[in-house]
Amino acid sequence: MKKSRNSLIAGIIGWTSAVVMFFPIFWMVLTSFKSEIDAVVPSILFEPTLQSYVDVNSRANYFHYALNSLVESVGSTVLALIIGLPAAYACAFYPGKRTKDLLLWMLSTKMMPAVGVLVPMYLLFRDAGLLDTRIGLVILFTLSNLPIVIWMLYSFFKDVPTPILEAGRMDGARFWTQMRYILIPISLPGIASTALLSIILCWNEAFWSLNLSASQSGPLTAFIASFSSPEGLFWAKLSAASTLAVAPILIMGWITQRQLVRGLTFGAVK
Amino acid sequence: MGIFKTSILSFGAMILGSQLAHAETLTIATVNNDDMIVMQKLSAEWEKSSGNKLNWVVLEENVLRQRVTTDIATKGGQFDIVTIGALETPIWGKSGWLNQLDDLGDDYDYADLFPSVKNGLSADGKLYAVPFYAESSFTMYNTDLFEQAGLKMPEQPTWTQIAEFAEKLTDKSKEQYGICLRGKPGWGENMALITLMANVWGGTWFDNNWQPQLTSEPWKKAVNFYVDTMNKYGPPGATANGFNENQALFAAGHCGIWVDATSAAGRLYNKDTSKVVDKVGYAKGPGEVTDVGNGWFWAWALAIPSTSTKTDAAKSFVKWATSKDYVQLVAKTNGVVTSPPGTRKSTYTEEYLKAAPFAEMTQKAILTADPSKPTRDPVPYTGISFVIIPEYQGIGTTTGQAIAGALAGQSSVDDALQSAQDNAVEAMTQAGYIK
Amino acid sequence: MAARSRDVRTGPLLAPAVGVLLFWMIVPLALTLWFSFQRYNLQNPLITGFAGITNYRLLLSNARLWISIFNTLVLVSSVLGITVVAGIIFAVVFDQDFPGRNIARLLVTAPFFIMPTVSALIWKNLLMHPVNGFFSYVSRWLGLPVVDWFVQAPMFSVIMIVAWQWIPFATLILVTAMQSLDREQLEAARMDGAKGFSMFWNITLPHLLRPISVVVMIECIFLLSVFAEILVTTSGGPGLATTNLSYFIYMRALLQWDVGGASAGGVIAIVLANIVAAFLIRTFAKNLERD
Repeated sequence: MKKSRNSLIAGIIGWTSAVVMFFPIFWMVLTSFKSEIDAVVPSILFEPTLQSYVDVNSRANYFHYALNSLVESVGSTVLALIIGLPAAYACAFYPGKRTKDLLLWMLSTKMMPAVGVLVPMYLLFRDAGLLDTRIGLVILFTLSNLPIVIWMLYSFFKDVPTPILEAGRMDGARFWTQMRYILIPISLPGIASTALLSIILCWNEAFWSLNLSASQSGPLTAFIASFSSPEGLFWAKLSAASTLAVAPILIMGWITQRQLVRGLTFGAVK
Repeated sequence: MGIFKTSILSFGAMILGSQLAHAETLTIATVNNDDMIVMQKLSAEWEKSSGNKLNWVVLEENVLRQRVTTDIATKGGQFDIVTIGALETPIWGKSGWLNQLDDLGDDYDYADLFPSVKNGLSADGKLYAVPFYAESSFTMYNTDLFEQAGLKMPEQPTWTQIAEFAEKLTDKSKEQYGICLRGKPGWGENMALITLMANVWGGTWFDNNWQPQLTSEPWKKAVNFYVDTMNKYGPPGATANGFNENQALFAAGHCGIWVDATSAAGRLYNKDTSKVVDKVGYAKGPGEVTDVGNGWFWAWALAIPSTSTKTDAAKSFVKWATSKDYVQLVAKTNGVVTSPPGTRKSTYTEEYLKAAPFAEMTQKAILTADPSKPTRDPVPYTGISFVIIPEYQGIGTTTGQAIAGALAGQSSVDDALQSAQDNAVEAMTQAGYIK
Repeated sequence: MAARSRDVRTGPLLAPAVGVLLFWMIVPLALTLWFSFQRYNLQNPLITGFAGITNYRLLLSNARLWISIFNTLVLVSSVLGITVVAGIIFAVVFDQDFPGRNIARLLVTAPFFIMPTVSALIWKNLLMHPVNGFFSYVSRWLGLPVVDWFVQAPMFSVIMIVAWQWIPFATLILVTAMQSLDREQLEAARMDGAKGFSMFWNITLPHLLRPISVVVMIECIFLLSVFAEILVTTSGGPGLATTNLSYFIYMRALLQWDVGGASAGGVIAIVLANIVAAFLIRTFAKNLERD
C-alpha cells in the first residue's frame, strides 16, 4: 500500500525530471530536422528535412573529424591505462607514508588553468613537431586525464579483498601475472568504467583540441567551432552540427551505462 | 613480367612526378562568413586548374583570430594562407610576420584596387595582404516602416535625428524596435560602432601624448546617448547582439534602423534569408558634432605567413581568390548582387550598380573612409573604428565589456568609462607609451 | 600494511606515472613562472625584457582580478550545491521502483555526455534566446514578460547551464551508491517506527557521505576551470558579471595577448586552486579514508 504510493511519487518526480533534463537535447535533435525558416518558430509541427545535415556536410567533412575524435580519445585512454594501472596498483597494495600525498599531488596537476599555459605549451609542441598531429593530442589528453584515471583505479583496487592477492603473491606470481590473472579480471568493471569516463572526458575536451590542431588532427570540438556563430539564420544548421558532434558519444554512453554504473558501484562509492 | 611492370610503373611515376613537381597541399585558415563559404566552394576550380590541394580550417571570427595570432606570433608554421583584417595586417607586416604581396604579376591589376583599401593593407608602402572584401559602415532603414510612420531619412542624418525616428518606429508589443545596434562586447563588435559615435561627438581614443581619453566629455555624451537610445528603442538582449545577430533581426523585419557594415546590404538582398529584400533604404553614417570618422574601414584579406614553405602555390591561390576573374565567377554562379564588394573598381560595373541598389552608397562610403584621418582633432594613430597599435585589441575589448555592462544596467556609464580608462592607462603604461 | 611495502619495490611501477606527471607539471609551470616575470606581448615583438614583479603588481592591484576570483567561488559553490542536492534527490527517487525507471535514468544522465561547447550553444540559442528561444515562446504563450536571461540574470544562467551538465554526474555516482545501502537496516528502522524523513536523515544521508565527497572533489577540479560555457554564452559579461578566473586569464592571454600578465594570472590561479584543494582535503579526506 505504502510502497505503491512511494513508487507513484517517485515515478512522477523521476519522469518529470527526466523530461526536464532531457528536453534541451530533444529540442536540439528536433530543430536539426527543421528548415531554417521553421527553426526560429518554436513549433512541434513542421515538415522534416535533412537539408541542414546536407549543408553541414558540404562545408566540413564530418567523418574526418569523427575519426580523429575516436582515435584520439581511445588512444589516450589506452595509454593512460597502461601508465596508470601499475601506479594505482602500487598505491593501493603497497602504500607508504607518502602515498596519500602522492595521490593528491597527482590530482593537483589537473588544476592548472589551460588558458594560462597555452603559449608555453604551443612553443613546446612547435619544437617537438607535434602541432596538428594526432599523436600530439593523444599525449596531451593522456597527461591531462592520467590523474583521474589513477585515482579511480586506486579506489577500485582498494576494494579488492587482500587475501586473494596475498595468495597469489605467495605462489610467486609476479606483478604482471598477478595483474593478468587476478586483479584485472576481478576489477574489470571498475577498469571499464574508468576507461569510459576517460573517453568521455577526452571526447568533450574543447580547449587544447581546438588550439593545437589545424586541418589534420582536429576532432569534433573543432568541427563545431565553425558552426558556432550565427550567419543570418543558422539555428537548424547549428542543431544539425551539434547533433552530429554529440551523437556517437551519447550513444556509446547509453549502451555502456550499465557497465559504467556497475563499475562505479564496485569501487569508489561503496 | 613483374620486373617489367614495376619499371613501367616507376617510369610512369617519374613522369607524373616531374609534372606535378609543384603540386602542394596548402592549409588555409578562414572565417565562417558567407563570402568565405562561397570561396571554399568555388576553390575546387582553382584546385583543378593548378593541381594543388587546399585543407580548410574554417572557424568563428574570435576563435580564428586567436588561433592565427598564436600561430603566427610563435612562428608555429601551421598555416600557408590566413584570413586577417585591416587591424592586424599593418602591424604584422611591420613585424616581418607576413610575406610581401607586391609581386603577383601585372595581370593582377593592382591599379584596379581601391587606393584606400590597398593603403589599409600596407605598411611602409608595402602590401602585406590582398583584399577579399572590404566594407565601410552606413545607415540602413526599413522603408516600409518609415512610410507607415510618415518619416523621411535625410542623406546625412545625425544621431539626434536617428533617435527621434527610432522613438516613432518603436512598438515593442509588435516586436518592432526603432533601432538595432551592436551590443556584444569586443573591439570588433560593439566598440567598432561606439568608436564611430565617439568620433562624431568630437572625441578621440588617445590625445597626442597617448593619454587615453575615455572619460572626456565627448565619450561620456556619446556613450550615454548610446545606452539611453538602446534601452528605450532597442531590442531585448542587445548585449548579446553583434553584427550577425542584428542582421538576423533586421532581415526578419524587427528593426527600423540599423547602423552597420555596408557588406550587410548584399546579404539582406538574399531572398532565402531575408524578409526585407526590397524594403531597405540607405543613408550615410550618422554624424553629430562633426561628420569626421562617421564610417569605418574594414577589410577581410588573405595573407601568407612568413613561416609558410609553399609561398609560390599560396601566392597563386590568393591571387586567384582576389582577382577580377573571381569576382566575375561569383557573379556568374551566385548572382551579380553577391559579388565580394568594396575591393576593386572593376566590380562596380553598370550591371552591378543597377542590380544592387546599395552599391553606389557602399562605394561612396568606402572611398570616403580615410583611416589616416580618423577624427576631427589630430591624433597620433590611424584607423577609424579602432586604433592600429598592437595593444588595441585588449584595450578595446575591455572597454567594450565595461560599456556592455552599462548597457545591461550593471553599472552607470560614468563608472564603466572610468574603469575602462583605468584599464587603458594600465595597458598603455605597461607597453611603454606613457611613462 | 606499511611493513609490506619493503618487500616489493614499487618504484618501477610508479615511475612512469610520476615521471610523466612531473614533466607535465614542472615544464609548463616553470615556463609559466618564467614568462610571468617577463614583458612579453604576443602581438608586439618590440616589448621584451625582464619585468620584475610588474606583472604581479598590476594584476593584484586590478579590481577585475578580485571580482573574477569572487565569481569563480560563487560559480563553483553554487553548482556544487545544486548538483549535490539534485543528485541526492535523484538517488532516492531512482532507488524506488517505478515503470520505465531505467529509461528515465538514461534520460536524466544524458547531459553528462554532451560537450560543454555544444550544451552552451543549445542553451544560448535554442532555449534562452530572448526573441527566438523556447523559453521566450513559453513566456509569451503564458502572457508573462520575456526574460532576457544573459542580461537580467547572467550568473544564474551560467550556473544553470553548468549545473545541468554536472547533475548527471552526481546522480550517476549517488544512484549507484544507493544500491549498496543495507536494506535490512532500513527495514529494521522502519519497524522501530522511523518515518521517511528521519530515516533519510539518519541512515541514507550518512551512507551517501563518502560518495558525496567523491562528487565534490572531482567536480571541484572541473568547475574551477569552467571556460567554454562562459566564452560561448556571455563572454564574461555583461560588465564583469560572469568573468571567472579562467576567463580573466583568457582575456589577458588571448584578447590582450599579454603573455606575461596571463602567466602571472596562471600562477595566481594555481595558488588559488591549491588553497581550495587543501580546504577540500581537510574537509573530505576523512570521509574518503574511512573504510
